Amino acid sequence: MKPFSALTQALACAGVLFSAQAYAAGEVNIYTTREPKLIQPILENFTKETGIKANTVFVKDGLIERVKSEGERSPADLLMMVDYGNLIDLVNAGVTQPVQSDTLESAIPASLRDPGHQWYALSTRARVLYAAKDLNLDKFTYEELADPKWKGKVCIRSGQHPYNTSLFAAIIAHDGAEKAQAWLEGVKANLGRKAAGGDRDVAKDILGGICDIGIANSYYVGQMLNAAPDSDQRKWGEAIKVILPTFANSKDGGTHVNVSGAAVAKYSSNKDNAVKLLEYLASEKAQGLYASANYEYPVRAGIKPDATVASFGALKADTLPLADIAKHRKQASELVDKVGFDQ
Amino acid sequence: MTVPVQAALSSTHRWPPSQWVAACLALCVLAPVLVLAALAFSGEFGHWQNLLQHVLPVAVSNTALLLLGVGVLTALIGGGSAWLTSAYLFPTRKLVTWGLLLPLAVPTYIMAFAYLDVLHPLGPVQTLIRDLLGYTSARQFRLPDLRSMPGAIMLLGLVLYPYVYLSVRVMFMTQAASLLEAARTLGCSRREAFWRIIVPLARPAMAVGLSLVLLETLNDIGASEFLGIQTMTISIYTTWITRSNLQGAAQIAIVMLAVVTFLIYMERYARRRQRYAITQRMHPIQPVQLRGLPALVAMLLGWFPIVAGFIIPFWFLVNESFKRLSSLQAISAELLKATWNTLSVSLTATVVTLAFGLVIAWSARYARSGTARLLARCSSLGYAIPGTVLATGLLIPYSWLDRIISSVMNTLAGIPPQLFIMGSAAGIVCAYTLRFMAISVGSVESGLARIPPSLEQASRSLGHSAFQSFVRVHFPLLRPALGAAALLIFVDAMKELSATLLLRPLNFETLSTWLYAEAARGTYDEGAIAALIIVFAGLIPVILLARTQLKANY
Repeated sequence: MKPFSALTQALACAGVLFSAQAYAAGEVNIYTTREPKLIQPILENFTKETGIKANTVFVKDGLIERVKSEGERSPADLLMMVDYGNLIDLVNAGVTQPVQSDTLESAIPASLRDPGHQWYALSTRARVLYAAKDLNLDKFTYEELADPKWKGKVCIRSGQHPYNTSLFAAIIAHDGAEKAQAWLEGVKANLGRKAAGGDRDVAKDILGGICDIGIANSYYVGQMLNAAPDSDQRKWGEAIKVILPTFANSKDGGTHVNVSGAAVAKYSSNKDNAVKLLEYLASEKAQGLYASANYEYPVRAGIKPDATVASFGALKADTLPLADIAKHRKQASELVDKVGFDQ
Repeated sequence: MTVPVQAALSSTHRWPPSQWVAACLALCVLAPVLVLAALAFSGEFGHWQNLLQHVLPVAVSNTALLLLGVGVLTALIGGGSAWLTSAYLFPTRKLVTWGLLLPLAVPTYIMAFAYLDVLHPLGPVQTLIRDLLGYTSARQFRLPDLRSMPGAIMLLGLVLYPYVYLSVRVMFMTQAASLLEAARTLGCSRREAFWRIIVPLARPAMAVGLSLVLLETLNDIGASEFLGIQTMTISIYTTWITRSNLQGAAQIAIVMLAVVTFLIYMERYARRRQRYAITQRMHPIQPVQLRGLPALVAMLLGWFPIVAGFIIPFWFLVNESFKRLSSLQAISAELLKATWNTLSVSLTATVVTLAFGLVIAWSARYARSGTARLLARCSSLGYAIPGTVLATGLLIPYSWLDRIISSVMNTLAGIPPQLFIMGSAAGIVCAYTLRFMAISVGSVESGLARIPPSLEQASRSLGHSAFQSFVRVHFPLLRPALGAAALLIFVDAMKELSATLLLRPLNFETLSTWLYAEAARGTYDEGAIAALIIVFAGLIPVILLARTQLKANY
């Protein structure tokens, strides 16, 4: 064993020299599945105001496994995620700890935080309809996506993407599994291209004539419409209009929303700083940044969304609790396989 | 030193040190596999009904189709262009000879990203076609969507063929000529000689190149995801990420690994009786001068893979980056840091991988028992496991190691407990080493196979020890093979994304993670600049590779 263990040690020592281990006071370590650039401006403001340095590592998949295997020595203080399903998974994996904070409780509505105080949503986004600008369409239900009149006209990303499994889970919750399957088969039959790519591709493909309507997240439109005037993205954004769809069965007429949120890591060694950051993220200033820089809907009452986003009309979120929708996530994912949605 | 050579070569009772290293390393590669196996068996098997009924039939047939398509395409392009540039003289042949390696610098996910844009209805190609045909809108006319199986086969084939081209061409340069001349003297026509000498002779080199191509294809996640192809690897992902079922993902991964192992074994078994060592002076085939139309056709054939596999995506990236030159100023510091990280990690990994590969291949050659050869096979398994799955399997062994190192450091030096491997770039370097060991072991083995045992015997009978023989006889002869392996590993390490994403420490970006982060938030524009740097940084080793490997006489 000698040669290898010697090498490992040498590597480890070398690693210590050039790695930025953050154990000194006045720091907070963030593991995030969110693209770092989106939260960077907010974190910079946090550092400016508090003097606490924020270190990030952007992990796409396997964040939970990583935190778990690092165990008690994990440097992670705050775990930031998109999709409520992922936040629930964090709690189920036992890598979070509860946080009691009056500041957080008063800033974030009860429906957007964990009843056990494990996680807090920091922003919401709606799953909306992008439609070609010249279409004569001003309201829409998610169920209409399966209407044969849209045959070959619908664009959407992979059915296994959390944004979609979450929407499909909501359909199961509203309409029942049987109807949901028939609906998903109908949507599949209407696809203008493979269910792949990203949300922005929906707008791009509407401009490219591949489809007429599609489902995507609300904030991308804000990003596209506020891109440089002659950029490609701007053209995609200008080719579409946004409609906030509702569920046919729901009397309240709400739109499907998802969240981004955060939880304090179980073995956080800078818990005070992590809570401070969490409270900062829920503050009026940071919530304003979520709205103006990310085009998301703030969770804090009284903070207005960005003007571009406000132009879609007032958002009325589906009243079904996220926890109820979450129960159907696995079923939704299996349904996607069953109808061969991505094939 | 009067030990009889045979006895020295066949001493199996006592393991030489090299074999111990090989065994340790094989264990390291097996560790994540064992962790995965343990995970797989700890999980429930209830979801297999859904898998068997709805997922695996499609995933398996898609994967098989993709492998077959990419295999045939790369064999045709790689083998064909190797023969074209070895056997014929045509205008620009020299340029084509090394230009054919350039697609190596383009990662598959960048290839998919570039072509999706170039061939989009809004892209330059379809816009031009519409203009020529007099259509005004994309709604009136458009080409079939690239997001399809043929599209995926084409894109992967166009960037992966250099693996085949490189190994086959090196073989043509070093071995083919004398046999070809003998066949011609014995009355074979050129065509007959091609089928009876060149094709069988190219087989082992083709097999080495193709196995790299197929493993890359099997592991691909970016391009398949962009193009919407449901492969086995994508199913593993879906099971893990969307359904939060890591155990289930491990189960599929283990099944896939078993299939891959079986295929690699079969290929080796089929070639078990063949020997390729050659004692004569190596010299290249005498190429035939082409003129007129045949020369033009040869030139077009030679340029096609370069244009489609490199020039088009490269031009796209340059164009996109150029549009955003203004934003370059603000990000240059971050990019420089990422570039430095990428280069230093890749370089370290290359050196470590090469050193271990040498030891393993060496011990496999000299142990008569199957053990050492089995160890060599085991240590090459890392290449067959999807990057993220390997990385996930590594998390647990890493945390054990971290615990041990941490307590040792704490008692010896009083350093507070922390993560030494996961908290530094060491974790990534180890992962790269395990992942790319196959390239290193494979190249050294095939290099060693070309060195006839008689040279070794001569050296030993003249009084050199095994080690001295290695330094004075084998190492110089192995240098081209080592050089090729080093450059391939370096380029692969630079492009590596999935394991890097999971195992890197805080605030540590490489070019590929940087590009991924850009692509993830959909700002492809700045992503294009990172992609361009990856391609540029990859070009340097590729050009070096071309210079050392493709020189007509070394």
